[in-house]
Amino acid sequence: MTSNASASLTISVTELTKKYGRVFALNAVSIDVRAGEFLTLLGPSGSGKTTLLMAIAGFNRPDSGRICFADEDITVLPPHKRGVGMVFQNYALFPHMSVFENVAFPLKLRKISAEEKHHRVMEALKTVQLSGYAERGIDQLSGGQRQRVALARAFVFGPKILLMDEPLSALDKKLREEMQIELKQLHRQLGVTTVYVTHDQREALTMSDRIAVINEGELAQIGTPREIYNRPANQFVASFIGESSFIPLHRNDSGQLVHESVAVLPVPNEETGKEWSLVIRPERLLLEKPKAKRTNGKIFFDGVITELVYQGETAIVMIELGNGKIVTSRANTRAGDDVDSLELGQKVSVSIDKNDAIVIPGGTK
Amino acid sequence: MSWWQKAASETQVTHRQRVWLYILATIIMFLLVIPTVIVIPMSFSESQYLEFPPREWSLRWYHEYLNTPRWVNATITSFKVATLTMLVATPFGTMAAYGLFVSGGRMSKMLFFTLMTPMIVPVILIAIGTFYVFGRIGLVNSIFGLVMAHTVLSVPIVMIIVTSALRTYDLNQERVAQSLGSTRIRAFFEITLPQLKFSIVTAALLAFLTSFDEVIISIFLSGGGNSTLTKQMFSALRDYIDPTIAAISTLMILLSTGLMLSLQILGGRGAR
Ligand SMILES: Nc1ncnc2c1ncn2[C@@H]1O[C@H](COP(=O)(O)OP(=O)(O)O)[C@@H](O)[C@H]1O
Ligand SMILES: [Mg+2]
Repeated sequence: MTSNASASLTISVTELTKKYGRVFALNAVSIDVRAGEFLTLLGPSGSGKTTLLMAIAGFNRPDSGRICFADEDITVLPPHKRGVGMVFQNYALFPHMSVFENVAFPLKLRKISAEEKHHRVMEALKTVQLSGYAERGIDQLSGGQRQRVALARAFVFGPKILLMDEPLSALDKKLREEMQIELKQLHRQLGVTTVYVTHDQREALTMSDRIAVINEGELAQIGTPREIYNRPANQFVASFIGESSFIPLHRNDSGQLVHESVAVLPVPNEETGKEWSLVIRPERLLLEKPKAKRTNGKIFFDGVITELVYQGETAIVMIELGNGKIVTSRANTRAGDDVDSLELGQKVSVSIDKNDAIVIPGGTK
Repeated sequence: MSWWQKAASETQVTHRQRVWLYILATIIMFLLVIPTVIVIPMSFSESQYLEFPPREWSLRWYHEYLNTPRWVNATITSFKVATLTMLVATPFGTMAAYGLFVSGGRMSKMLFFTLMTPMIVPVILIAIGTFYVFGRIGLVNSIFGLVMAHTVLSVPIVMIIVTSALRTYDLNQERVAQSLGSTRIRAFFEITLPQLKFSIVTAALLAFLTSFDEVIISIFLSGGGNSTLTKQMFSALRDYIDPTIAAISTLMILLSTGLMLSLQILGGRGAR
C-alpha cells in the first residue's frame, strides 16, 4: 500500500449545531481538517466529541451548519454513501463472521472479484500484522488483535477519511501505548485524513498533527500539540492539557501585567480586559538557590513549601505564595538540584523564564 | 468424613445443615411436576374412566383420539392457528422490539408498554372484547380471527425475548456496516438478524406454544369446524370424562417438552 495524500479529502465543518433536548451537544463548531491530516478531537466525557464524529459519519443530523468533504456538501448524505472508514471503542466486529469475512465485508458490498478481494484482505491483514489470522473467529482474538481487525476492516476499501472514536480506551496501558505508535505509523503509510477522538490528553499530544479541544459542545482551541501545550488560549485548555497553576494578574494603565505591584509582563495582545492569569507548567517553575541573582528574564515568587512528593526521576514541590495561592514545581532529583534537602515549611524562591510564561485573559477561578 | 459432613459449597455450611433445603426443594419439585405428569400413566389405562393408578394398560385411548374425526380436525385447526400465529407474531414482534429499542425515548417506552398490555390484562377480558368486536365484523369461528387474537397474546412474548437479546447486542455493528457501504436494511439483515437468530427462533416457538395451549380465547372465538384442540378438550370435559383427554394431554406435554428441549440444545450450540 502506497502513501497517497492526494487520495485523501479535506473535511470542513461549518457552524455545526446539534441539540439534544435543551442541551447543546454541539454549539456552532467550525473545524477544517486538512487532507491527510491526523486531527484529534480532545475533550472531557460528554463534551460532544462523539456527536461531532457521528455527524461527520452521517449518523446524526445536525440542527444547523454544514459538513463538506472537499467541496461536496454531505451534511444530509446517508452514511453508506460517505465512504468513510470507522473504528469504535468496542471494535464492533461482526462476531458471526471470521476475521477474513469481517475485513472482506466492505469489499463484498462493492462487488469486488473474489481474487482481488482475497488479495486486498490479505494485504490489509499484513499491514496490521495479523497475516496468519484470517480464518480465526473473533472470539479467538485478544483485545489488541480485535482492534487491529477493526482497523483493517476500516481501511481495506481505501476510504479517503478515517474516523475513530476512542479506539484504544479499552486496552491496557502498555498495549495502548504500543498501538498509539502503530496507529501513527499506519496513518503515515496510508496518508488518509483521520479524525480521532480521545479524552486522554497524553494520547492526543502523542499522536496528532493538530488537536481540536472541545468543551461543552464548543471548540475551545485548535492547534498543533506544541501550540496547545505552550500557548493554551484559555483556562479550560490550560488545565485540561498538562498540569497548570494559575496566578492572577492585573493590567495597569501602561499596558503592563502586574503581580503584587510588580510589573511582570506586557499585555500580549489587543484585549482590553483588566483581569489576566499567568499559567505556570510545573516543569517550567524552577527552584532557585537561596542567594541567586534576580535576572530580568525571569519572574520570581517567594513562598513556603507545603507539600513534597518524591516520584523517582522528579519530585513535586507545592509552594504557597504570600497571597495564599499554591503553585506546583516539578523538580529534577539530580544531586545538583538539592531537592533532597528541602523540607516542609521551608522558605523558598521559585522562578519562571518569561519565555515560558503563558498569559491568558480572564481572572483565576 | 461422610458425605453429609462435607461442605456443601465454598462456605462452612455442610450438607447436613442443608438437609432441610434439599427436602423443601424436592417437595416443591414434586408439587410442580406431579399434576402434569400424573396424566401420563392415566392415558395408558384400559378403563372407561380417568383412574390412577390404572389397573390395566392399553393404547386404547390413543386409538380413540386418532380415529375420532372431531379430535383430528381440532388438532389440525390448532396446528394451523398456532403456525399462522407464529408466522405473524414473530416478524411483527421482532420489528416492534427492534424499532422501539433503536429509537429509544419516552414515546417508545409508552408504546412498548401498550403492546405489553395483553400480558397484564386478564385474558378473559381480551376474550370478551374480541368476541364482541369480532361478532360485529363476522370473524367469530374463523381461523383468521383466532390468529389475530392469538397474535395479540404472542407479540408481547416475542418482544420481551427479542428486546432482551438486543440489550446485549452492540448497535455500533450496524453503524460500522453502514459506514462500510451497506444500506441500513442490509445491515439489519446481514449483521443484526443473524445474531438475533437464536432469540427469534425461541420467540417463534413460544409464540407457537402460546397459541397452541391457549384455552380462554379459543373457547370464545372458535367453534364448529374451526374448534381448536383446547376448546374441544374443554367441551369434552364438560360433557363426559374419558381418558382420551389424558392421551391428548400426554401428547401435548410431549410436544411442549420436545420444543423446549430442542431450544435448549440449540441454545447450547448458539452459546459456543
Ligand atoms: N442520543 C442522545 N440523546 C440525548 N442526549 C445525547 C445523545 N447523544 C449525546 N447526548 C448528549 O450530548 C452531549 C455530548 O455527548 P457525546 O457527544 O457523546 O460526548 P463525548 O463523546 O464527548 O463524551 C452529552 O451531554 C450527552 O449526554
Ligand atoms: Mg464519546
